[in-house]
Amino acid sequence: MTNEEILSGLAEIVNEVAGVETSEITRDKSFVDDLDIDSLSMVEIAVQVEDRFGSKVPDEDLANLRTVGDAVDYVAKHT
Amino acid sequence: MTPQLQQNPIVAGARIRGLGSVQPEQVVTNHDIAASGVETNDEWIRDRVGIVERRFARPDESLVDMASDAGAKALADAGLAPSEIDAVLVATCTMPSQIPNASAQVAHRIGVEASPAFDVNAACAGFCYGLGTAADMIRAGSAGNVLVIGAEKLTDWVDPNDRSTCIIFADGAGAVVVGAATGDEAAGIGPIAAGSAGDLAETIVVPDRSSFIYQEGQAVFRWATTKISPVAVQAIERAGLTPGDIDVLVPHQANLRIVEAMAKRLHAAGARSDMAVADDIIRSGNTSAASIPLAIDHMRNDGRVRSGDIALLVGFGAGLSYAGQVVVLP
Repeated sequence: MTNEEILSGLAEIVNEVAGVETSEITRDKSFVDDLDIDSLSMVEIAVQVEDRFGSKVPDEDLANLRTVGDAVDYVAKHT
Repeated sequence: MTPQLQQNPIVAGARIRGLGSVQPEQVVTNHDIAASGVETNDEWIRDRVGIVERRFARPDESLVDMASDAGAKALADAGLAPSEIDAVLVATCTMPSQIPNASAQVAHRIGVEASPAFDVNAACAGFCYGLGTAADMIRAGSAGNVLVIGAEKLTDWVDPNDRSTCIIFADGAGAVVVGAATGDEAAGIGPIAAGSAGDLAETIVVPDRSSFIYQEGQAVFRWATTKISPVAVQAIERAGLTPGDIDVLVPHQANLRIVEAMAKRLHAAGARSDMAVADDIIRSGNTSAASIPLAIDHMRNDGRVRSGDIALLVGFGAGLSYAGQVVVLP
């Protein structure tokens, strides 16, 4: 899977969980500071990422995913 | 040869006969908590857990007081006298001390003399475990009518300055009378679907006798939003129903976002769009074992559920333990 495909899938998940426009969801955006996503929504995103891409994101790793780009790279590395 | 021990005749099924609940008078809003010096605010609490206000018991208002009042109300609702009750079960995890239990005192207080009485500690899943135990006791002929009470005084066990827990937990009690289905009546309590995850024991814990409740919110949230919906579906299947048969979903009121996530999964599994979903946490906070009967009673008072409705109850919490069943509302 290409990074573009991961980004597009991740954007759909973030849109569904947190209602953020998919066009807003770009690599450089911070989940917390730019997209206003809280820790519980991050858990919901992690659960859906696992369902969709098959990459488990444990809480300790989730805490390190600051930006959308971090999450895309994490999925790319763990699928 | 070992003698065959005589057994009680098996009873076809049990039903909920009556319902009652009590809450302390003192209403505590999010603004009240923020004003007490805890670093939090109304918007943050509403966003994260969905609570607007909750009830705190007075220091002199005990768990046994609340449990007894709720039990007496359920008896009155069922139209039964204390002498007609054969056992009293109290689901709780917040007695001020481990000994004695709550149930014997509650039975005495209500006037159910020399009643079989025991507490059930499965934390927030306690009410569903108690209800399942009562239904099984009735089916096995061990009791004719059982009073099941979920009661908690969580404020005794919460650090009023810990903003991760003091905004969530609250006090209250709810009770049901369970009796045998008679004559042509169908069974009104489905088989329990239950289990535990002791590997996650440390995620909700009172570490020692002098400590308060500690909770790893994120880990519990992940567990509750992923592992509990399948239990709910299993409870529906064990009752011989489909998600489309459920009139009202009453999950333990842990967090409004967990409730919403469960409702979403059930809708995806075929639940009707007009299925009522309990959201009592908004006004009552998280009252652990009391939350399910409190929610049902409040929904009944508000006209959101009626007698004969098919309700799916799902409890989950510390242990970690979980249990659910389908019931017909009284």
